[in-house]
Amino acid sequence: MKYSFAESTARERVEHLVDAGSFSEILGPVERLVSPHLAQLDTPCSFDDGIVIGRASLQGRRVLVAAQEGGFIGGGVGEVHGAKLVGLLRLGLADRPAAVLVLADSGGVRLHEANAGLIAVSEVMRALLDLRDAGIPVLMLIGGATGCFGGMGLVARCADHVVMSDVARLSMSGPEVIESAQGVEEFDSRDRALVWRTTGGRHRFLSGDCDALVEDDIAAFREAASAALAARRPLTLETLEREHALLAARLDRFGDCADALDIWARLGIADAARVVDLDVAALRDIARID
Amino acid sequence: MEWNRGRQARAARLQRAAERLGERLRGKRVDGADAVELLGTVIESGDRVCLEGNNQKQADFLAQALTQLDPAQVHDLHLLQSVIALPSHLDLFDLGIASKLDFSFSGPQGARLAKLVGAGRIDIGAIHTYLELFSRYFVDLTPKVALICAQSGDADGNLYTGPNTEDTPAIVEATAFKGGIVIAQVNEFVDTVPRVDIPGGWVDFVVPAPRPHFIEPLFTRDPAQISEIQVLMAMLAIKGIYAEYGVQRLNHGIGFDTAAIELLLPTYAESLGLKGRICKHWALNPHPALIPAIEAGWVESVHSFGSELGMERYVRERSDVFFTGPDGSLRSHRAFCQAAGHYACDLFIGSTLQIDLAGNSSTATLGRIAGFGGAPNMGADARGRRHASPAWLKAGAEARQGRAQSMPRGQKLVVQMVETFREHMAPAFVETLDAWQLAEQAGMAIPPVMIYGDDVTHILTEEGIANLLLCRSAEEREQAIRGVAGYTPVGLARDRRMVENLRDRGVIRRAEDLGIDKRDATRSLLAARSMRDLVKASGGLYEPPQRFRNW
Amino acid sequence: MEKLNFAFDGSIAPGASMPVLVGVVGSGNLEVLAEPQANGGHCMVEVSTSAHGFGAIWEAVLRDFHERHGFADVAISINDMGATPAVVSLRLDQAAARLGSPGARQ
Repeated sequence: MKYSFAESTARERVEHLVDAGSFSEILGPVERLVSPHLAQLDTPCSFDDGIVIGRASLQGRRVLVAAQEGGFIGGGVGEVHGAKLVGLLRLGLADRPAAVLVLADSGGVRLHEANAGLIAVSEVMRALLDLRDAGIPVLMLIGGATGCFGGMGLVARCADHVVMSDVARLSMSGPEVIESAQGVEEFDSRDRALVWRTTGGRHRFLSGDCDALVEDDIAAFREAASAALAARRPLTLETLEREHALLAARLDRFGDCADALDIWARLGIADAARVVDLDVAALRDIARID
Repeated sequence: MEWNRGRQARAARLQRAAERLGERLRGKRVDGADAVELLGTVIESGDRVCLEGNNQKQADFLAQALTQLDPAQVHDLHLLQSVIALPSHLDLFDLGIASKLDFSFSGPQGARLAKLVGAGRIDIGAIHTYLELFSRYFVDLTPKVALICAQSGDADGNLYTGPNTEDTPAIVEATAFKGGIVIAQVNEFVDTVPRVDIPGGWVDFVVPAPRPHFIEPLFTRDPAQISEIQVLMAMLAIKGIYAEYGVQRLNHGIGFDTAAIELLLPTYAESLGLKGRICKHWALNPHPALIPAIEAGWVESVHSFGSELGMERYVRERSDVFFTGPDGSLRSHRAFCQAAGHYACDLFIGSTLQIDLAGNSSTATLGRIAGFGGAPNMGADARGRRHASPAWLKAGAEARQGRAQSMPRGQKLVVQMVETFREHMAPAFVETLDAWQLAEQAGMAIPPVMIYGDDVTHILTEEGIANLLLCRSAEEREQAIRGVAGYTPVGLARDRRMVENLRDRGVIRRAEDLGIDKRDATRSLLAARSMRDLVKASGGLYEPPQRFRNW
Repeated sequence: MEKLNFAFDGSIAPGASMPVLVGVVGSGNLEVLAEPQANGGHCMVEVSTSAHGFGAIWEAVLRDFHERHGFADVAISINDMGATPAVVSLRLDQAAARLGSPGARQ
């Protein structure tokens, strides 16, 4: 049976991603670590504050897992939510798992708890980089309907390895924010084809911001995560400088492009407009920015 | 006595137009820039004017031109139109150009329409169902002038209305053959039309418009929006009604509930072994949600009221299923499709806003005059019908079961499908329809009921199915309705003993009674869960309009 | 937020282990948490909801739920964001199924 990653809840994603029955939750709903801020704003809480964290195994290897629930306040990072994620990442330093999997499904900082959320996101980045420095890979799995935006978008690009489905999106600013700031002529947030062309899995894969592109299927994410367990990107001055050079070259080569279609054409893709209709498998065979 | 005054008057109007326009009238062709002058010349105060406001397409350029007439010259027009869709339609009343209206549906303009009626600026003759309105064009509401829209026209006035033919043939037939004048706005003026949908002899003027005429994709439903509850209700409909009666010929009212049924055919209905036993023939617009069922071989024929934007190529490549011309494109026809739905279908199923204790169904809400569209016709028992079918006979037999020996007859299945609570926890079941108050507010002769309780055979909610055919008294009918009204005030006030009894008799059947496990009602049962899935299912032939492209 | 509390006399012990959590606190949705709670055979229900004034309907829905399953020594906690009774009943039955209720296939 095929489980749509996008349509599943965070808990369902974890259940079907890791080895059957191997998931052991930390700070689960029974603990009732709910947001102190939402109650004050007379807004419903969630028992797990919208994030599921715990230990599991993947192909028999020990991993830590965090999965954000995009259906709860857009997966926004609040104080408790953020603390659970930071805590899990720090636990990795002690536990030394084969990898830490973060199933990101978030619009970024939870506006109801803006300051706490912002602090949490910065702590997440620090903890993630500490993990990488300690030689423990962090894999971002992005496939929810909410996408991975804002502070979580930045977090994603701090990780060793990013896996996206073609329905997923990864960016910093959300479509509406871009439209507000730059005007509708520049970016019409209701033009969903444009939004996905700009922030979606296909473009991120072709432009090198995503390492693996999969179908919207939990099994496909499992396969990609398993394959990436060995994918470590050492955090050295050398790798950072190389990344900078890559980004500069990319900007140089495509900086004047107005639309992803132009970028794809310039990549040498024969019929750029058909990219959005191609199967994921077909796309993988296309040359991308390395 | 003079017996041909109409003919003479028509000739006089055409003569006037020829004189006024001079060289600007080339045969039948008039430029867009001269449209206002043309209308001002051929239309006279008090005329009955049929303005093509269809369900989907609108003669928007001509409507706009009409609003630019001088009300001192042309006033008190009596507008006849299927649908009040555009602001310009109501501007005509604000501007004093039109004063009377006969129509069928007003959807988005319902609130403004109510205000204008309240302010005494519109005199509504009546609200009709589509086929009823077309019928009156041939009796007591014949248009003097018809303002229509077409895809293309040629020098002889031949028109190609193409996939969105809709109401045009009915309107033009009545107007052209009773001394009226037909003016068409076209998207393009061509040497030869791809096929002749309206013969040139019926058309007086062809006006190329600066923009293609307005069309809306009203029947596209994104599967991503279908909820688990809607999936459950679709399962109930398929197993509890379609399978039960062997429904081979049907019409679906517009909505997500029916889209869920369409998407469950290749999956859930297939698992019940129903392929070939239900859903072969449809009176239906080309719903994208029907694509998976068509591809899986469920559907033998579909006749349509109109087209659906984005489905043109798919229809072309599925000519075995759809009605297409020798040119390959769809030919739709609202009048004939409404007739098909009335007489040649065994089931109508649709949603509604309110149902009362007698099963009367209404979409009327306070402060809006929305009208009915096609539902009263589709959702009415066809008492003129004479041919039998298993579903029709079974329904008719159930209605007569246990009654003193009477003349056997069949009955059409009319199902109202609704969640017990709508948005903002507004109950769908009420003791008194808002329609009563609306009638008073708007000065209507009777409450605007969309489908009468006498015609409703089943009411389906997430709580189960109430079979009104098996009810033997008004009290039983009331309790059967309360029995599926869930936790609404109407539902909570049920007579528990009576409802249990009705359930024992099979008058009320819940999911469990039908062997349906509610936990199976998940979105993974849908044959397509997104717009992209629909495109894939169509092999890339379906091309959704921009607003639905979300990948 | 409105907080509601209900108590029912139960008789059936859950067949599977707890805690069990179903649902998501999204618009028109709710989460249902079921935990063991030794309480003289009662089934205690606590509801926290953003929709005010529907206490009577919650009572009716929960009473019917209890008639279907009759759990004893179970505490059910709900965070609700305006779900209709249809969705509430569905989630409750989904939770009951996870608890291995014989009444779940009634």
